[in-house]
Amino acid sequence: MIDAVLSMSGMALAAGIGLGFAAKKFYVQADPLGEKLVGALPGSNCGNCGFPGCQAYADALVASGADGNVAINLCTPGGTPTIKQIADILGVEPVAAKTDHGPRVAYIDEARCIGCTACIKACPVDAIVGANKQSHTVIVSWCTDCEACVEPCPVDCIDMVPVVTSLYDWRWEKPAGPNAQVAA
Amino acid sequence: MSQTNLLTTTSPHVHDGDSVANVMEAVIWALMPATAMAVMIFGWTALLVILITTLSCLVTEHLFLKLRKRPSAVADRSAALTGLLLALTLPPHSPWWMCVAGGVFAILVGKQVYGGLGYNMFNPALIARVFLLISFPAQMTAWPAVNPLFSEQAYSLGDSIAIIMTGQSSAPELADAVSTATPLGQYRTETGMGKTVQDAMGGKYTGYDEVRAASGLIGGSLGETSALLLAAGGIYLLRKKVITWHIPVTMFAGCLVPATIFWTFDPAHYPDPVFHLLTGGLVIGAFYMATDMVTSPITVKGQIIFGLGCGLLTYLIRTWSGYPEGVSFAVVLMNAVVPLIDQYTRPRAYGQVA
Amino acid sequence: MLGSFHGGVHPHGNKGMASHKAIEPLPMPQRLYVPLHQHAGQPCDPCVTVGQKVLKGEEIGRSDAWVSTPIHAPTSGTVVGIEEYPAGHPSGLTMLTVVIDPDGEDRWSDSIAGIADPMNAEPAVIQERIRWAGIVGLGGAVYPSFIKMTPPKGKKVETLLINGAECEPYLTSDERVMVERAKETIAGIEIMMHTLPTSKCVIGIEDNKPEAIKAMTEAARSYNGIRVQPMPAMYPQGARQQLVEAITGKQVPSGARLVDIGLLVHNVTTAYSIYEAVVHGKPLITRVVTVSGRGIAKPANLETLLGTPIRNLIDHCGGMKPGVRKVILGGPMMGLAVDNLDVPVVKGIAGVLALLQNEIVDKPEQPCIRCGRCVQACPMSLVPSEMAWRAKVNQLDVMPELHLNDCIECGSCGFVCPSNIPLVQYFRYAKLAIQADRRAQKKLDMDKARTKAKAARVEQEKLEKERQKEAMKAAMAARKKAAAEAAPAEAAPAAPAAPATETVAAAVATDAAPVAEGAAALSDAESKAARAARAAQAARAARAAKAAKEQA
Repeated sequence: MIDAVLSMSGMALAAGIGLGFAAKKFYVQADPLGEKLVGALPGSNCGNCGFPGCQAYADALVASGADGNVAINLCTPGGTPTIKQIADILGVEPVAAKTDHGPRVAYIDEARCIGCTACIKACPVDAIVGANKQSHTVIVSWCTDCEACVEPCPVDCIDMVPVVTSLYDWRWEKPAGPNAQVAA
Repeated sequence: MSQTNLLTTTSPHVHDGDSVANVMEAVIWALMPATAMAVMIFGWTALLVILITTLSCLVTEHLFLKLRKRPSAVADRSAALTGLLLALTLPPHSPWWMCVAGGVFAILVGKQVYGGLGYNMFNPALIARVFLLISFPAQMTAWPAVNPLFSEQAYSLGDSIAIIMTGQSSAPELADAVSTATPLGQYRTETGMGKTVQDAMGGKYTGYDEVRAASGLIGGSLGETSALLLAAGGIYLLRKKVITWHIPVTMFAGCLVPATIFWTFDPAHYPDPVFHLLTGGLVIGAFYMATDMVTSPITVKGQIIFGLGCGLLTYLIRTWSGYPEGVSFAVVLMNAVVPLIDQYTRPRAYGQVA
Repeated sequence: MLGSFHGGVHPHGNKGMASHKAIEPLPMPQRLYVPLHQHAGQPCDPCVTVGQKVLKGEEIGRSDAWVSTPIHAPTSGTVVGIEEYPAGHPSGLTMLTVVIDPDGEDRWSDSIAGIADPMNAEPAVIQERIRWAGIVGLGGAVYPSFIKMTPPKGKKVETLLINGAECEPYLTSDERVMVERAKETIAGIEIMMHTLPTSKCVIGIEDNKPEAIKAMTEAARSYNGIRVQPMPAMYPQGARQQLVEAITGKQVPSGARLVDIGLLVHNVTTAYSIYEAVVHGKPLITRVVTVSGRGIAKPANLETLLGTPIRNLIDHCGGMKPGVRKVILGGPMMGLAVDNLDVPVVKGIAGVLALLQNEIVDKPEQPCIRCGRCVQACPMSLVPSEMAWRAKVNQLDVMPELHLNDCIECGSCGFVCPSNIPLVQYFRYAKLAIQADRRAQKKLDMDKARTKAKAARVEQEKLEKERQKEAMKAAMAARKKAAAEAAPAEAAPAAPAAPATETVAAAVATDAAPVAEGAAALSDAESKAARAARAAQAARAARAAKAAKEQA
């Protein structure tokens, strides 16, 4: 009886010491998750995710871990590619983008624009051009759909309009698959 | 402007007209001569086994798809084919509950749990046969002698129903008297006791000769006995381009080449290749089981490897394992490595160097 | 010795409906809709205005891009619109289109003239003529022909292959051109051989067109180096890789150009168009279109002006029978199905087919039963079934391994699939999804760079303003001090202040950060400098935006 207890304890001790050493010796500096996540986010700090800036969203994601308390699809400007990257980093399944509208861009109604440059200052990616007291316009291909310009406009002349599909970016959809005709 | 009655679906807009149902139906038709022969030589019991098994497959398929809220795919004939194939691998006097268990197992565990047609890893009929063989070894290896329909010793329809439904007939002495062994079983049992092949085959079992084996007048599972009719159906499938030659030919080669080699060197202990070809399930396996599209490789190179593997494993199991017959195990084992084979035998794409 | 290629299928030819019908000109339509993008590469910009009179053969659209070709007026008349108009595409989306009302005179532009002695002309002259004439690959790829006719430096075309396979079912336009215009076609081929230059040409024609083989052989008899090669009919023999393999036994390395292995493939009708352009100076404004299918009352081969709505062609052929389920531009294997009969004929459309229910495939997709027929049929030796199921679950990162990009979308796999899986659609989806992902990633990277740049600039501006404040303060202090010193001295002038202000102005003028922050606080001179810099930035941004648009 005592032999058994001793031998088992001895083995447990040996294993414990071994593991302890191994943990020290082979310690891998964990790649800081937050840094990776910040890298995946657009970095425009637009606040659409509900957190004050990309860093804050990344921190929140790290804090929630893989539990999914914080959704991974909150970044609207990043869209699907960003969701995929976040999913990859966190090791979770990617989810669909949050917004139900498709991609949009800011549109300035030039008739109403007073040329106050407020939106130019707000735009994190310099996608709005124009001069003081002159009507502004949006560089459509630069716009990230972050809505940062909408709020500051004093005359409310900026709308987010859906990107119109042209012949050049029309795509064949993925076929519905063999189970498309699901019985009622 | 646009007319809604016009489709704008993707090219190609034309099709060769073949369908899954057509493919399955062709295989069923190809099996019909051998099926008819089975009923002829084993009597009404054979018909009952076939009907019960097929019906239980169809009902299971229908109910399970309903449960999964999928459209019923009974019309695609694949469940019917599975049922028929399974029935043809069963002994002629299989009790009804074994037929039902096999049919349900084939569809449920063999196919639907994987996601239904096209997603299963193993040949449903064979996995069910293996399941039955392991679960009910006695019933699965009870081989009544050939007992042709309309012959003197044939069971009446009533007797047949009694045998299948209750396990007893009104003429029990008859049933007992005709119990026999398959040629393969005979060979394994007798040589296992130290006899030579010649002594074994010349001894208690006298029914075997090449002509009887080729035509099907030997003991065995319902559908495996008539090598000739099975081969005829196989050739029909080849001609209709439902299957290609790669798997059957290589499977025969995989079994018969080693058989020839061993027989040449030691005919006393190893039976000749014709014996291997004509007995057991090699022919039905090569033409109908291994060629099951879902569970065989899609590349030509893969099909050749797969066929060789099936044949070789069949020979190994027949010769050295604890079972007299190995086609089902061989095919099921090879089914398991199909994804691997497919991955490593992708054809060299056009314009790719090496 | 004629080779063959892996895979391929044997769809029913269905050519008998139109193959014996001689080419007939389609009467002038009431209105022509000429899209400004009928070729691979950059779209054209219109170079006419609404209301302008144009003559037949006059340029109405051009582009500065290299990979592009001009568009010409198909007849004389008035430009009544330059507008978005439905294009021949399943999406039903529109394209910028020049709308012309013909004046009925059909008068050629005065500048139309052939090259007098093409066989002694400089290759560059002929190449430029082919470019100007807007000639593109008429087999369907619509790649500008002049680029293919200009081999890159150091590359030599050993053999010119002329594609007369016309392996698409139903279509007979190439066949009719070969039968009726063999002489001109061969003359065009001779010009091409002179231009490249090369001394060897093989014309591949499938043996289901014996008349064409006979006519072309006859016409080519007097030319050395041109050989007609009959080939057993097999789809997709007319795809360039398969034609090359069938005729030369070589495979075109993946990603390589044909000229890298000393070959060039041109469609037979392209050769005819080159003849017309070089010898008669006629740009590509018309093409032969096969109108066929069991939904067409009287199938025909029509010489059609580009821009003619397909409704005109169908009506000319007796209209559509009831029960037509698909109208296809091109062949039934690769053509595009449309649901709008107002879309115009463009350069790449060899046929307009109206197919009945029993001619088409219209069955729901079933699960793959892994029969492997697609693998056997694929002329590119790919594994279509695997590509499709990977696409289905969006495993797009393995696609390079499966060589998705080598897929020519010929449809052979879909043709044989017993489960009616829309394989080609899966491939198109996957290809475009990969492209879109890549583009989105690129944009995201650019967004980040821009965000960083702006943040840095704002930061710098802040620092700069602080520096200014300091400088102002210092200047003020200096002035005060000077005043204090001067007060007792009484007569001393307040001179030092001026240079200090100038320094500040200069600092602002050289400031690269132009945004009008705090502009009001600055002096007149300062804000002028800021405005100038801001204007420069706006111009820069506009330029960059334009460049980005072009890139896209």
